[in-house]
Amino acid sequence: MAGNNPTSTEYIQHHLQNLTFGHHPENGWSIAHSATEAAEMGFWAIHLDTMGWSLAMGVLFIWLFRKVGKMATTGVPGKLQNAIEMVFEFVEGTVRDAFHAKNRLIAPIALTLFVWIFLMNTLKLLPVDLLPGLFAQLGVDYMKIVPTTDPNATLGMALGVFFLIIFYSLKVKGVGGFAKELSLTPFNHWLLIPFNLVMEIISLLVKPLSLGLRLFGNMFAGEVIFILIALLPFWISWTLNVPWAIFHILVITLQAFIFTVLTVVYLNAAHEHH
Amino acid sequence: MNINLTLIGQMIAFAIFVWFCTKYVWPPISNALHVRQKKIADGLDAASRANRDLELAQEKANETLRESKEQAAEILEQAHKRSNQMVEEARDNARQEGERMIANARSEIDQEINRAKEELRAQVARLAIEGAERILESSIDEKKHRELVDKLATEL
Repeated sequence: MAGNNPTSTEYIQHHLQNLTFGHHPENGWSIAHSATEAAEMGFWAIHLDTMGWSLAMGVLFIWLFRKVGKMATTGVPGKLQNAIEMVFEFVEGTVRDAFHAKNRLIAPIALTLFVWIFLMNTLKLLPVDLLPGLFAQLGVDYMKIVPTTDPNATLGMALGVFFLIIFYSLKVKGVGGFAKELSLTPFNHWLLIPFNLVMEIISLLVKPLSLGLRLFGNMFAGEVIFILIALLPFWISWTLNVPWAIFHILVITLQAFIFTVLTVVYLNAAHEHH
Repeated sequence: MNINLTLIGQMIAFAIFVWFCTKYVWPPISNALHVRQKKIADGLDAASRANRDLELAQEKANETLRESKEQAAEILEQAHKRSNQMVEEARDNARQEGERMIANARSEIDQEINRAKEELRAQVARLAIEGAERILESSIDEKKHRELVDKLATEL
């Protein structure tokens, strides 16, 4: 915590502030020292904590799965290999159920999303003051460790998915086919083309938005509750945050799964001819 | 919570991780899983095949056992029959031998009797002649008497 004996509002706001590095109109390239400074930096700033933790989790995922993949024996698997293979087969089965076209890239995308988001969400189960407190000792003012409580991260991934949807729609259906799908569904009549176009473009744009905001909303809300519970006296807070954390074991898995499945479903729709 | 460069950073990170996953993570795990799947399927297959082989072998062994038992019984029966036959033959032989011996003895006895009869007859004849000579005291034509006596002896 930055100040001495911060008020509840200050405490909450402090916990919800990212470590922002960017170009400040007055201070130049620097780390923002307050929420207003961060806001003044505008678009050309980067959340060091979000990027750092999400990269760390991604690297953890790649390292862990790569390690298991490298020493994967075709014989009797060890415990770690078993666990990894369970996740792997779960994702593979989900993709096989939801994705009907032929594309070897979809399953790795789904695996990456599922495990990556799951790992990022899992950071939420750490006590809210543990890592921020540690970093405060090291002189870092702000540290919001759960990347998925940052809309930048969730919308970033959702936009990635959006570009994949556009890419595969164009690749599979061609420009004409994609345009036809946008303009002639749901009502196949030339008079209704403008109406269709508006509807389809909205539904197309809503896909990444809902995808990103759903994950962000769930994670952010859960995080805020954790912070609120942390405001309670220490001898009572565990009665609330323990059940909440147990409940969130379900939520973080479910949200990772939903993001993954919806991505696969959207990409499947992008591969389908109408 | 400002939308800023982090958005693009996250997108790039996403792309990199997906690329990495596709290139270095997915293939080895997928490969290992599929190879193992095949291995297990093969193993199960081999096990069921071995089971069937075992059943067949057992059946064959049972069959052989049954056959050999039958053979043994047959051999035993043959031996029995043969021994019976041999005993029978031996008995027959013995009987025949006995009969033959009895017949021999009988013929010998008959011969003896005949010889004794002959001797007796001869003696009787000689005694008769002697007796007659003594009675007559005269020499009669011995030849004529001999014939007479012989005739008498044969009638005896």
